[in-house]
Amino acid sequence: MTAPVLEADGVGISFGGVRAVDNVSFRAYPGRVLSIIGPNGAGKTTLFNLVSGVYRSDSGRIRVNGVDATGARPARLAQLGLSRTFQNLQIFGRMTALENVMVGRHLRERHNVVLHLLGVAGGEHATREASEALLDRIGLLSHAHEEASSLSYGVLKRLEIARALATEPKVLLLDEPAAGCNAVETAEIDELLIALAKSGLAIVLVEHDMKLVMSLSDSVLVLDQGRSLVEGPPNDVARDPRVIAAYLGVAAEGDLAGGRMPGGTHAAT
Amino acid sequence: MSRLLSSRYAALMFVALVVIVPGLMLNSSFYLRVGALIFIFGFAALGLNLLMGYAGQVSLGHAGFIGIGAYATAVLPTHFGWNIFAAMAAGVAGAGLIAYIVGGPILRLKGHYLAVATLALGILISMVISNEVKYTGGPDGMAVPRLEVFGFRLRTAQHWYWISGGVLFLGIVAAQNLIESPTGRALRALHDSEVAAGTLGIDAARYKLIAFVVSAVYAAISGVCFALLNGHITPDSASFLRSVELVTMVVIGGMGSILGALVGAALLGLLEQLLAQFHEVETLILGLVMMAVMIFMRDGIVPTLQRLLFSRRAS
Repeated sequence: MTAPVLEADGVGISFGGVRAVDNVSFRAYPGRVLSIIGPNGAGKTTLFNLVSGVYRSDSGRIRVNGVDATGARPARLAQLGLSRTFQNLQIFGRMTALENVMVGRHLRERHNVVLHLLGVAGGEHATREASEALLDRIGLLSHAHEEASSLSYGVLKRLEIARALATEPKVLLLDEPAAGCNAVETAEIDELLIALAKSGLAIVLVEHDMKLVMSLSDSVLVLDQGRSLVEGPPNDVARDPRVIAAYLGVAAEGDLAGGRMPGGTHAAT
Repeated sequence: MSRLLSSRYAALMFVALVVIVPGLMLNSSFYLRVGALIFIFGFAALGLNLLMGYAGQVSLGHAGFIGIGAYATAVLPTHFGWNIFAAMAAGVAGAGLIAYIVGGPILRLKGHYLAVATLALGILISMVISNEVKYTGGPDGMAVPRLEVFGFRLRTAQHWYWISGGVLFLGIVAAQNLIESPTGRALRALHDSEVAAGTLGIDAARYKLIAFVVSAVYAAISGVCFALLNGHITPDSASFLRSVELVTMVVIGGMGSILGALVGAALLGLLEQLLAQFHEVETLILGLVMMAVMIFMRDGIVPTLQRLLFSRRAS
């Protein structure tokens, strides 16, 4: 197997007396989808925030593209090729959909403030073209010039993915991309993620929609109370008695594989 | 009308009209001087708006940079025999450099701490100006050499009305360029979601510093024009009250709106003149107008009007 683009080794963080994430390790490989699941409050989003530099891990190491990125800020991680979306949308509401994606091209642009003041900066055309192509790819080109705050939730979810892709990442972290989306939108996201993985992108997914997780993932990591419980192929994980116990408290085989997840508020049932 | 206000070229046309029409109609040097002052402080407010409305940072010491521009124009030729154009350039560059040096540590602070730090910076600059009596004339102020271009002395209010109007126009073009550029997008992104901007590779500290330096340069250019228009400057031009006035212009006119800074400057400048004859109640009425704007137009005059006009058209 090729070298991992993202390696988290024993990362963790405490908030006050609570060990929110404790000694969790995982690896993400090019062209493969790793899903992180677990009951609400298991620490999935916190783990994402640790890996993407929003929080600082107080233990372990993080490597992106083979480079040590422990304690790096988000901007540095973006340079190394890590990009992410957010569970609670972090859209630039007062900019148009197109401008949102154009911001994602930041690292691919030249930056000279004096030229920008004079209005003679080059490369604007390239940025616009690349961004329009991305909007087209996720089917939002018709919304390009609408202010983001006026767009619907499902549209914004996809817009965040386009924006993250605009950085041309090696590894993409998606925090519940299908949450709040209807069946059609979820299917579209499913399709998009498969195509992205095929193109060689490493994808790390936090998702409550078990159908999506089971169909998409090459590997599933289960978190429970901040600790890593099991990691393995989706079908093995779904049958694992420890996972079932973590979700239901009692063994109730079959429910997980059938796409039900009582712990998840957005479970597709 | 909403298209007129929101479209880039329409905004420029609007400003050109606001400069040209009164310029041709007014022939009293008093009114031309009021107009020039509005343009000059509108220019400073425009720069401060880039910092407040786009980078989301507040500065309560911006008059300090006006003072640096103004006093460089006066002190360097008078005491050091500099060419006045070199002095003007040095004032602007110096303000930018000082903003760059102190901006780094100051902009790490957030909210109230940032406000207090910029406040201290402004007060520091105005204290230096007041205390260096030997060079600046202290609280009495000092004369500014007249500007001469090709043997033509620029000294009347009319000259400076047109010059500061032209400078304001160019300042608006530059600000529009910046906002539409990658730098402007980075600033607006930071303002909407700093955490998302970070994950896209935008270095927040760097861009806040850029906005701070650009706004300081705007303030210094405004200070240079102010000194040359007045022919005499006092430490008042760099005072804390002037800083507050600039912030007020930005907030009343509308943060994050290019025309807002100008409208705020015009409102404050005109009110000051209109109320001059009611001297005792001047500050009181000014305060009431500000409160009314803040209560009924919380986003400032220009954005509120834009929204009203836009929603009426849509319905």
